Order: sequence, then C-alpha cells, then structure tokens
Amino acid sequence: MFGSFVSGAKEGFASLLSVAPSLVGLIIAVTMLEGSGFFAMISEWLSPVCNMIGCPAEVLPLGIMRPVTGSGSYALLNTLLQQYGADSLIGKTASVMAGSTETTFYAIAVYYGAIGIRKTRFTIPAALTADLTSMIMAVMCVRFFG
Amino acid sequence: MKFYQCAGQGKTTVSGAERRDGMLNYIWVGMIAVSFLCSAVTGRMEELCAAVSEGADKAVRLVLSMAGVMCLWSGMMKAAENSGLTRVLSKMLSPILCALMPDYPKDSRAMQAVCANVTANILGLGNAATPLGILAMKEMQKTNTLKTAPNNSMIAFVVMNTASVQLIPATVAALRKACGSASPYGILTYTWAASLTALAAGLLLVKLFSRRKKEGRLRKSSVLTPFRPSF
Repeated sequence: MFGSFVSGAKEGFASLLSVAPSLVGLIIAVTMLEGSGFFAMISEWLSPVCNMIGCPAEVLPLGIMRPVTGSGSYALLNTLLQQYGADSLIGKTASVMAGSTETTFYAIAVYYGAIGIRKTRFTIPAALTADLTSMIMAVMCVRFFG
Repeated sequence: MKFYQCAGQGKTTVSGAERRDGMLNYIWVGMIAVSFLCSAVTGRMEELCAAVSEGADKAVRLVLSMAGVMCLWSGMMKAAENSGLTRVLSKMLSPILCALMPDYPKDSRAMQAVCANVTANILGLGNAATPLGILAMKEMQKTNTLKTAPNNSMIAFVVMNTASVQLIPATVAALRKACGSASPYGILTYTWAASLTALAAGLLLVKLFSRRKKEGRLRKSSVLTPFRPSF
C-alpha cells in the first residue's frame, strides 16, 4: 500500500517537474499580459455584457482559454487567484471553471490524431457545449451558493 | 491529470503532439506579442519589464509549493488503483458506458479500454488515461464503418474525455493552496456539479446529433424497417 503511494507520488512529482518549464514560460507570459494592462482593458470592455449576465468580467479570458490550453489556463488561474484572492468570488469561480473541464482541443487532437482521422463531425460543437455548460454552472454555483 | 500532457511529456503520437505544440506555440507567442502591444498603448513598459522577472520568480515558487499536494494525490490515487478500486469503478461504469456507445459490444477490447480510460480519468490518473484512451480509439477504429470519420460511439467517447469528471481536481487544489486559500477543497462540490452537468450536456448533444443522422438515413432508405431508437 505504501509502496503504491510512493510510486504514485514519484510519478506525480516527475510529471510536475517535466511540465514545470512550460508552466514557467506560460506564467511569465500571463504575468506580462497582466502587467501590460491587457486583462484590465478586456474586463472594462466586457463589463457591460458581463453585468447583464451576472458573470464577473475577469474570469471571461479564462473561460475562453480553458478549452484551448491547459497550462495557459492554470497560469491565468494562478494570476487571478493571486490578484483577487483564492477565496473571493472571482477566485472561486475561476477555480471551478478550471477544474471542471478538460482541454478540449488538445484531447480532440490527441485522440483523433492517434488514429489519423481529420474529420470530427459533431465532436467540436458537443464538446464546446459541455465546456460552456461548465462555465455557466461555475458562475451560477459560486454566485448563488457562495 | 491531463494538465501534465498539455505542456510536457506526452504518450501521444507525433501528429497529436505536433498539433498541440503548434497551437501552444501560437498562443505563447501571441500572448507575449499582445502584452508588448498593450503596454505600448497603455504606456506601461516599465511594469512589463518588471512583470517578466516577477513572473519567473512567481512561477518557480508556485511549482515548488504545488509539489506537496500533487505528490499526495498522485500517491493516494495510485494506492487506490492498486488496491482494486479501479476494478470496482470499472464494473460500475460498464453498463452506463455500453448504453452510451451502442456500436461496440460489452466484452470487446474497445469497451474494456474505454472503461479503463474513464475510470483512470475519474481517479485523476492522466498518465494512465491517455494511453488507454488511444488504445480504445485504435480498437474502435478497427470496426468503424466510416473509415475517415468517427462513428457516434467514438464521438461520445471523445466528448466524455473532454468533459472529464474528476474525483479530486488535484491541480486546482494545489494551486489554491499555493495561493493561500483557507479552504483549497471548498470548491469541490461545485466542481463536481459543474463537470457532471457539462458531461450531461455534451452527451445529450451527441445523442441528439446521432439520432438525427440515424433518422435521416432511415428516411432515405427504400426498405421499410421499424424505427427503433438506439438509446
């Protein structure tokens, strides 16, 4: 039992180490975006729409990025958690968004690429609907249940 | 944890990995380009330069502080796997999965790989899940009547993987802990709710699209056959 734990922990640690360089690169990129005022600008532009639908404007970039890149969204999540606090409304919404769905386009690329299929029929609409649902649920859960 | 394969090693084929790296390349370069543009427009060049070194510093600290939680959950899940939990979960999931993927019989190699992949995803064993998923796709492709396109069961399987429900979202929890959350796992129930509804929505759409295609084919058919819904 302990042997399994150790071997699993070793795997987890090794995986984290192997992804660390890319994560560092992406966090730097996201921090640069933050420092340049990009997210503040986007939030300002989108806040009328967001106020209408009750979604905090700051998590919208994360919602768009999540189906596209995993490490990028974790880097963005990190920035949001550090800036707005991990237990704030924004922090919690972002955490639920990041944790409730996978990187859609990556999974599609891997699984169809493995068998050499280029046509995806209705995979992408169905998968993106799932992603959109999880974003909506994330916003609603945190808003109504705190 | 799919997170790992997203940016690092991958047990993927060349084409899948190339596609991923290509996309990430554009994204990363795009992000840096946009930040330069934006800081030129808003006049925050100084903040941008500070952000580069701040980002590097933050990133390394983050990885270090995530290591503890990641090791904990990877270890726990591996121990659970080796103690037979995966077999139990697989058995429980098998009827549901067979209903969702009617093109493949219960005892086929394809369905076995599908069950194993879904179980591994739920337990957060991404390193096991991806190779199993690829094996499942290869097995399914062997009996796929649409040679250059996925059949409805394959699409259902891929959607299940993109909307994966995880028992413990270890990466998010580790991030929250590293960023000083008082309750890193407080969002657990919301995450379950969100991912379950997302999975349901995705699968519902797959079923709707599948049925529409089937009905279309039946209408065009010149032989009168009784219409039996497949799900």
